[in-house]
Amino acid sequence: MSGDGAALGARLRGHDLSAAPAALNLLESATAADREQSAALLREISPQALGGEAPGHIIGITGPPGAGKSTLLSALLHAWRQQQQTVAMLAVDPSSRRSGGALLGDRARIEFDAADRGVLIRSTAAGERLGGLAWPTRAAAHALAAAFDVVVIETVGVGQAETEIVDVADTVAVVVQPGSGDALQFLKSGIMEIPDVLVVTKADLGQLAIHTRRDLSAALRSLGSRSTPVLAVSSLAPPQGIEELIAALAEHRAGIDLAERRLRARRASALVDYTREYGERGLRTLGGRHAAEALLAEQEPGLDVPALVSTLERSGETEDEA
Amino acid sequence: MMRTYAGHSTAEASNELYRGNLAKGQTGLSVAFDLPTQTGYDPDDELARGEVGKVGVPISHLGDMATLMDGIPLGEMNTSMTINATAAWLLALYIVAAENQNPPTPQESLQGTTQNDIIKEFLARGTYAFPPAPSMRLIADMIAYTVEHVPKWNPINICSYHLQEAGATPVQEIAYAMSNAIAVLDAARERVQAAHAGDETAAQELMGQVFGRISFFVNAGVRFVEEHAKLRAMGILWEELGRERYGVIDPKHLRFRYGVQVNSLGLTEAQPENNIQRIVLETLAVTLGRDARARAVQLPAWNEALGLPRPWDQQWSLRIQQVMAYETDLLEYPDIFEGSHVMDGLVAELLEGARAEMAVVAEHGGAVEAVPYMKGALVDSHRQRIHRIESGEQTVVGQNRFTETAQSPLTADAEGGILVVDPAVEAEQIDAVRQWRSERDQAAVERALSDLARVANEEGSRENLMIPTIAAARAGATTGEWARTLREVFGSYRAPTGVGEASGHEVPDGDLVELRKEVSRLQEQLGRRPKILVGKPGLDGHSNGAEQIAVRARDSGMDVVYEGIRLTPAQIAASALQEGVHVIGLSILSGSHRELIPAVVQALREAGVQAPVVVGGIIPDQDVAPLKRAGVASVYTPKDFDLTRIMRDIVELVGDSNGASAPNGNGSSPNGSAPEA
Repeated sequence: MSGDGAALGARLRGHDLSAAPAALNLLESATAADREQSAALLREISPQALGGEAPGHIIGITGPPGAGKSTLLSALLHAWRQQQQTVAMLAVDPSSRRSGGALLGDRARIEFDAADRGVLIRSTAAGERLGGLAWPTRAAAHALAAAFDVVVIETVGVGQAETEIVDVADTVAVVVQPGSGDALQFLKSGIMEIPDVLVVTKADLGQLAIHTRRDLSAALRSLGSRSTPVLAVSSLAPPQGIEELIAALAEHRAGIDLAERRLRARRASALVDYTREYGERGLRTLGGRHAAEALLAEQEPGLDVPALVSTLERSGETEDEA
Repeated sequence: MMRTYAGHSTAEASNELYRGNLAKGQTGLSVAFDLPTQTGYDPDDELARGEVGKVGVPISHLGDMATLMDGIPLGEMNTSMTINATAAWLLALYIVAAENQNPPTPQESLQGTTQNDIIKEFLARGTYAFPPAPSMRLIADMIAYTVEHVPKWNPINICSYHLQEAGATPVQEIAYAMSNAIAVLDAARERVQAAHAGDETAAQELMGQVFGRISFFVNAGVRFVEEHAKLRAMGILWEELGRERYGVIDPKHLRFRYGVQVNSLGLTEAQPENNIQRIVLETLAVTLGRDARARAVQLPAWNEALGLPRPWDQQWSLRIQQVMAYETDLLEYPDIFEGSHVMDGLVAELLEGARAEMAVVAEHGGAVEAVPYMKGALVDSHRQRIHRIESGEQTVVGQNRFTETAQSPLTADAEGGILVVDPAVEAEQIDAVRQWRSERDQAAVERALSDLARVANEEGSRENLMIPTIAAARAGATTGEWARTLREVFGSYRAPTGVGEASGHEVPDGDLVELRKEVSRLQEQLGRRPKILVGKPGLDGHSNGAEQIAVRARDSGMDVVYEGIRLTPAQIAASALQEGVHVIGLSILSGSHRELIPAVVQALREAGVQAPVVVGGIIPDQDVAPLKRAGVASVYTPKDFDLTRIMRDIVELVGDSNGASAPNGNGSSPNGSAPEA
């Protein structure tokens, strides 16, 4: 009684937003039958099927707890809806390592209009992963990008584990709050190499926010990145800087080679999925990570992730027989 | 002073109740407002549905306030109003109603208290309306206004009461209440210094008066010796704070003044007659020693954990006080603990703990900034308390020990020994407020509201928000209009839930370990981890129960979407659909379950969500069957104190409902909730 993956995929392709909840239920499921249906769903929205990349803008938003991400997301959501953009938000929360359960708190902090069919908010637990993305998030983001104008992936930034958000998003924004010493910590942790856009929240704090913004710009320059915009926003009423942030995000997206970035994302995703299933040993049967990457690089660019994983599986089987 | 907290249905019915209570020897009024009034919504607002007239009286405009106080001479009355986010508005209505009475009472002679403590609303009670910063501005404006124009009014009552209800230990109760007072006084000091810039002496004198007008509303639990020590410790800290931080010297201003309602958290639904002796003992905590005796006492009714008390239940509580005051020798001696080493030692211990915890709050940047920290700490304390009761480490007679009982004659009547508000009240109030709007001078109201918006918009304005608020009251604006005007300027706000910060079970007991295995097994069957949505429909902000359920569900290994408070049926349905949850848990304590729960179930099914719904809260026995007929799978009440057992039921329910929807046996329906393609 699994959802009919192909039908759900076709509905997403036709921008039927009401198919999204059932599509996500399917993509998150680990049973064998559902994995098959998920593959059918993704096949329907592969670049091959769409005749190009999924049109939605996939934006990663990350930053430490307390930086004001949720308030910022509420303000962004509101502004995007004013511009008639449909928005899906995937919020990833850490799971308890003891019980495996998770409190998915963000929904309570993001304001949304229940009657608005152009918005979807979905919380996911990161599962056993220490930080970064939940395993179905990559597939979910790509599927939703076929139907929604904007797909936001929100993660709690805890350090280097966050770098995997770069593999899935078109644009990554890192959020910091003024005066928290985050700028230096980020420099140390290497996370400063991630962002396409840097956001300093709580601009209503005045001087402090200005100082932080200046420090961040200096830090970016010392890393040799002059182009990354640093924006100050205040999400409290009346919001400031939100329009500018939306423009900066759109501008970044307009400046990248989307096909190249998405292709890289799909290939990275296929490798992650394969390794999750078969482990390091599976990688060795392919002749190691580099060989696997080389094999993926030879494949047709328009293939979806499950198709790429199947290619790796077939190759692994032949190696085994040989 | 003796009072009972009262008000329900309509201004007219409540007026009659007050007059009756005054005739029985009550010496002041304690007004309970309904939740729409407390949170700033008119009866015809979508969010007010099911809540009108339930936990108190609806006051939507000047006409309602005049009816409420009809025939009660306000110049002679001491009126306590349990009102916070909308306190400025209700005080304005009270002031204008008094000046309209015949004979008129000028504001200078009004006496009473507005609760007006917003930080504890963020932490425990949930009836906030605006974000923290503008809320503090409203409070500071009220203090500045009343000190000058309504000098006998207590503009704020710092509440530690609700902190204990939310699980605070005595140390937390003292520390958070004092930190809260510091935040309020710091804001007021700014106002005072700005008003008397250059005149140090006048500013100092006024600050003394401000300090002297701050009173407290505390809780007293059944461990009454320690509770008494807590109050002595608070008195010492308060005086110290006045002298050292605010330079107050007048001993009259430095006195720690407090009113009390004794503990409701410890009252049980099981064998509710035992609550009477709990209430008596708790009253001793606040009356035994004269040096730390309450100025005003109000007692809950024995049946609070069952539903709304009736007039007879409230009379019983008043009689308890009268017996203690007039039959016993309680009030005849000087302080009976003077020179007691044991009492002094207890007090010293509490002081030490409270000072350390106050330092932590200060490190967070003060009480306003530390709301998320304090909330997390309270949720955690409450979790530990529940765990002690579950494990039997803490005895609650009739609930987890000595549970065998004969049938109680007290709850034998058809309504189960509680008051039921006539559901027709809501429709009547909706008509009444529409009638009011159609009969007033609309242009005058619009002018008054736009002036209110203008003052609110000027940050750091010298103009006091009380002035346009009183003008709007006089012009005939409604509670919802006043609050909406300010929401548009200040923005709305959702308080932190604290559940993310609460730690898990340090050492899971056997039951929980078993349950986690069960959850893992179910996860394999479902294909993904069982996911539950926990939320509170309606305006009731008492989120302790929902938070504890959310934390325990997480500790059981489930994924938990905690939605928080104040949700409409449409919001719950949208969330359940988007999140793809397997089960929905709703908590409700305000008595509005009869209307709201069926509305939520209907909204869910209309959205195509088939996941089962469970309900917890203060649900009288006779309401269980109708809820089940409306589609609720199970109902839990305060009797069900073992949360792990509730979780086990829920996990089983998820298994059953998904097994049923997957007859092919692959058990992999991803659609516990979402519609099929």
